[in-house]
Amino acid sequence: MAAEPVHQTAISLADHLPVLVVLIPFLAGPLLVLLGSRRLNWPIAFLASGAAFVVSFILLTKVIGGGFISYHLGGWAPPLGIEYRIDAANAFVLLLVTGVSTIILPYAWKSVRHEIPARHHTLFYALFLLCLTGLIGVVVTGDAFNVFVFLEISSLATYVLVAQGSYRDKRALSASFDYLIMGTIGATFFVIGLGLLYMATGTLNMADLAERIADQGSNRTIRAAYAFIVVGIGLKVAIYPLHLWLPNAYTYSPSAVSAFLAATATKVAIYVLLRFTFSVFQPAFTFEVNTLRYLILPFAILAMFAASFISIFQKDFKRMLAYSSIAQIGYMLLGISMLTEAGLTAAIVHLFNHGITKALLFMGVGAYVMRSGGSFLRNIEGLGRVMPLTSAAMVIGGLSLIGVPGTAGFVSKWVLVQAALETGWWPVALMVVASSLLAVIYVWRGFEALYLRAPSAEIAGGDAPLSMLVPIWIMALACLYFGLHTDLTIGAAQTAAQGLLAGSTGMQ
Amino acid sequence: METNTAIMLSMLIPAGATLTNLILRDRANLRDGVTLAAAIATFLCVLSILVNVGNGTTEAFALFEILPGLDLAFRVEPLGLLFAIVASGLWIVTHLYGVGYMRGNNETHHARFFASFSLAIASVMGIAFSANMFTLFLFYELLTLSTYPLVAHKGTPEAIRGARTYLGILIGTSIGLQLVAIVWTWSITGTLDFTKGGILSGHIAGPMVAVLLALYAFGIGKAALMPFHRWLPAAMVAPTPVSALLHAVAVVKAGVFTMLKVGIYIFGIDFLAETGASVWLMWLAAFSIIAASVIALTKDNLKARLAYSTVSQLSYITLGMALATSMGVIGGGMHIAMHAMGKITLFMCAGSIYVATHKTNISQMTGLGRAMPITFVAFGVGALSIIGLPPLGGSWSKWLLVLGAADTGQWVMIGVLMVSSLLNVAYLLPVVGKGIFLKPDDGEVTSWKEPSFLVWGPPALTALGCLVLFFFGGALQDFLAPLVTSN
Repeated sequence: MAAEPVHQTAISLADHLPVLVVLIPFLAGPLLVLLGSRRLNWPIAFLASGAAFVVSFILLTKVIGGGFISYHLGGWAPPLGIEYRIDAANAFVLLLVTGVSTIILPYAWKSVRHEIPARHHTLFYALFLLCLTGLIGVVVTGDAFNVFVFLEISSLATYVLVAQGSYRDKRALSASFDYLIMGTIGATFFVIGLGLLYMATGTLNMADLAERIADQGSNRTIRAAYAFIVVGIGLKVAIYPLHLWLPNAYTYSPSAVSAFLAATATKVAIYVLLRFTFSVFQPAFTFEVNTLRYLILPFAILAMFAASFISIFQKDFKRMLAYSSIAQIGYMLLGISMLTEAGLTAAIVHLFNHGITKALLFMGVGAYVMRSGGSFLRNIEGLGRVMPLTSAAMVIGGLSLIGVPGTAGFVSKWVLVQAALETGWWPVALMVVASSLLAVIYVWRGFEALYLRAPSAEIAGGDAPLSMLVPIWIMALACLYFGLHTDLTIGAAQTAAQGLLAGSTGMQ
Repeated sequence: METNTAIMLSMLIPAGATLTNLILRDRANLRDGVTLAAAIATFLCVLSILVNVGNGTTEAFALFEILPGLDLAFRVEPLGLLFAIVASGLWIVTHLYGVGYMRGNNETHHARFFASFSLAIASVMGIAFSANMFTLFLFYELLTLSTYPLVAHKGTPEAIRGARTYLGILIGTSIGLQLVAIVWTWSITGTLDFTKGGILSGHIAGPMVAVLLALYAFGIGKAALMPFHRWLPAAMVAPTPVSALLHAVAVVKAGVFTMLKVGIYIFGIDFLAETGASVWLMWLAAFSIIAASVIALTKDNLKARLAYSTVSQLSYITLGMALATSMGVIGGGMHIAMHAMGKITLFMCAGSIYVATHKTNISQMTGLGRAMPITFVAFGVGALSIIGLPPLGGSWSKWLLVLGAADTGQWVMIGVLMVSSLLNVAYLLPVVGKGIFLKPDDGEVTSWKEPSFLVWGPPALTALGCLVLFFFGGALQDFLAPLVTSN
C-alpha cells in the first residue's frame, strides 16, 4: 500500500488539512462565547461546520483509492508526538459527521429558537461545535489516548446538549444524567483498558501499539485491556444490553440534537470499535482470541429483534426511532462479527446509510413537534395532509429504514445479506430480512397515523418553514441518491474494510 | 420512435401523470383529461415498440449501475411486451371507468387516487421491461407501495385492516423470501440478467434447486399462490376500478409475470424439467386452483367471489411454468392476456352494479339483469371467457395448458383443469342466470337503470375484446413462440 511521503515540516495549507478539520470547530466554539453575539452565533457555527465538511471531502478524495495521510502534531514524530492519520475508514466517517452537522445546522436555526430560550442560544451553538470537534477528533487521531480525550470532549458537550431539551420536557434532565453516568462508566472502562495497554507496551500511538502487541503475542494484560476497551466502547455504541442511556437521551433532547446524535455519535463509536479491533489489536489477535464474534454476534441478533419489538410498542415517535437505532446498530455489529471483507463493508456502508436515514427521520419529527407540540403518535395524526412536504420526506426516510429498493437502506441490506450468505450463515441472512420486516410494522404505524387519521383542529400553521424543509429534503434526496448510486459508499467502505483487515500493514 | 426512448417514455409518462394529478388536484376535469392523454400516450409508446421489435428481443440498455455489477437496465422481450400492451391498453379503459366510478359514487380524494394509480402503472411498465431480476425487484416493490394508498383509500377501519394484510403479505414475502432468493442467485452465479435458458444451470444442484424455487415461488406474493393468497381478497376493500385493473390485471399479473420470468430466464425451462425441481410447485398450483375455486363458491359477496376466482386463475399460469414444457409456458403467457381481458370485464360489471344499486352481494342481485342488460350481458361474456368456452379468448390459453399437461404425461393436471372449468361454471354463471332469468323478489327493481356511459361502456368494450381475442389466439401463440425456441 503506497504511503504518502511523511512531511517533516508541513509547508502548505493543504498539508495541514488533517488538523484543520479539528481546529476549525474547536476554535469557533469558544469564539462564539467570547463574541457573545446573538446575531453572529449561528453564522459562525455554520461556517465552521461547512469548512470542516469541505476539508473532509478533500481528505476523502485523497485516500479513497487506498493509502493514508499521516500528520504529525507540532512536527513531533510519532510515537513520541501525537499523530493524526487519515485513511479511507476514518475519512468516510468524517464525511458523514461533518456532512450531517452542516445539513442539520440550518435546520437547527428555527428549531432551536422554538425549543430553547434565546439567552442560551450562543452556548448551545458553542457546545454543538465542541461536540462536533470531539467527534471529528476521535475519528482523525492515530493516538489511542487522544481518542479518549476527544471522546470525553464530545460526551461532555453531549450531556449538556441533551439537557437543553428540558425546556420542552423536564425529563431531559434525568435522561442527561443517566447518559452522564453510563457514559462515564464507559469512558472509565476505556481508559482503564488504555492504561493496561500502556503498561504492557509503553506506547500510545496506534500504529506503534499494533506492532508491539503483535510482538508480544496475547498475554493476560493485553486480553484484559481488550476486554475493557470493548466494553467501554460498547457502552458508547449502545450494543444491546448496554443501550439503556440511548432511548431517553434521543427522545428528550432538542430535535436538532436528536438528529445530530442519532446520525453521528454511535457511528463514531462503532468506528472506534473497528479501529481498535482491527488496527490496534490486529485481525490475527481478534481471530485467535475470537471472543469478539461470540460476544457480538448474539448481542447483534438480540438487538435486531428485541429492540425492533420494543420499537413496535412505542407511543412516542421519537422513542420508536431511538429503539430502531439500537436495532440498526445490531446490523452493523452483525457485519463486523462476520470478520470478512464483505461483512465489514456491509457494516461501514450501513453506518453511513443509517446515519443519513436517521438524521432525516429525526429532523422530520422535529418539524412535527414544532407544529403539533409533541412527538407522540397521537400528536402527529393527520399531519400528512397539513405538512405534505415534510411528510413526503418522512415517507422516503421510513422506506429507507425498512430497506425498500431504491433507498439507501436497501443497499445496506443487500450487502449485509450477501455477506452473510458468502460467510455461509444463511440462517443469519434470514434473520436479517425477518427483523427488517419488524421495521415495516413500526414504520407503518407512523405512516398510518400521518395519512389515515384526521388532523386535530388545534394544529397551527402549515408545512415546516423553508429553513427546515431544505435540510430535510437534502437528506431525503441523499437517501434516494445513495440508494441508486453506490460508487461513493460501497467504494469507500470496501477500501476501508480492506485497510482494516490488513491489520498493522494497513497502519503503516 | 427509437425503442429505448419508447421504453423510457412508457415509464416516465405515467410517472409524470402522478405529478400532474397532484399538482392539478383541485381542477378535476383538466386533471382527469391530462391523465387520459397520458394513458393514451403510454399505450402508443408501447405499440411503437411492438411495431419496431415485433416478437424479437432487444439488447439490454443500462441507465446506471446501482450496486457493483448490478445495473438498472431495460430490454424488450415478447412476454414483457405482451404484459405491457395488456396493462397500458387496459389503463385507458379503466381510467375512463375510474372517472365515472369515482364521480358517480361520490368517492373522495380523487387526486391521491389517480396519482397512486398512475404510479402503479409506471411500476408495471418497469416490471415489464426490466432486463434483470434486480431491476424487476425494484419496480415490484414500488408497485406494492404505490397500490397501498389505493387499498387504504376509504380510510375506514375495515380498509385500514385490509391494507395492512395487503402490505404485510406482499412486503413480507418479497423481502423475507424473494430478496433472499435474489441475493442467493447473485452470490452463486454472479449475474441476475434474464438469459434465455436460465443462469442457474451448473451452479446449483440437488434439492437446493427446489428450495431456491420455493423461495422465489412464495416470495412472489403477488402471484397469490396458496398459502400466501390472503392479500387478494383483503385488497377488495379498494374502490372497484382498483380491483379491476390492479387486482385483476396489473398487480397479480406482475406476480405471475415474475413467476414466468424466473422460470424461463433464471432457472430455464430445460433445467427445471431435468431436475424435476418444479414438480412440487405443480401440485401446489393444482391445489390452489381447486381450493380457491371451492372457496369462491361459498362467497356471496361478488367481489370476494371474483377475488378467489382470480387466485385460482393465477395458479393456472404458475402451473404452466411448473409443467416446465414449452406448451405450458406459452399457455401460461397467453393466459396473462386472456384472463386479464375476462376478469377486468367481470370486475367492472361488479362496480357498475355497485354504482347503480349499491348492492354487493349476489343474493341481492336477483332480477337485476332486466334493469341493467348491458352490464349483465358483458358479465356473461367475461364469465364464459374465464370458463374457457369458444368463441372467447380464454379457451385458447386453457387449451394450450391442457396440451402442455398432456405433453408431460401429467394426466392428473388435465383433470384438475377440467374440474376447475366446471367449478368456474358453478360460481360464475349463477350470477348471470339469476340476474337475467329470475324475477326480482319485490317491485323495487323498476327504479334502477344502467349508470352513466362511462361506467357501463368500458366493460362492454372489454367484453367485446374477449370475443376479438379468440380470433387472435394463433397470432398470440406465434408471438410468444420465441420464449421457448432455442436460438
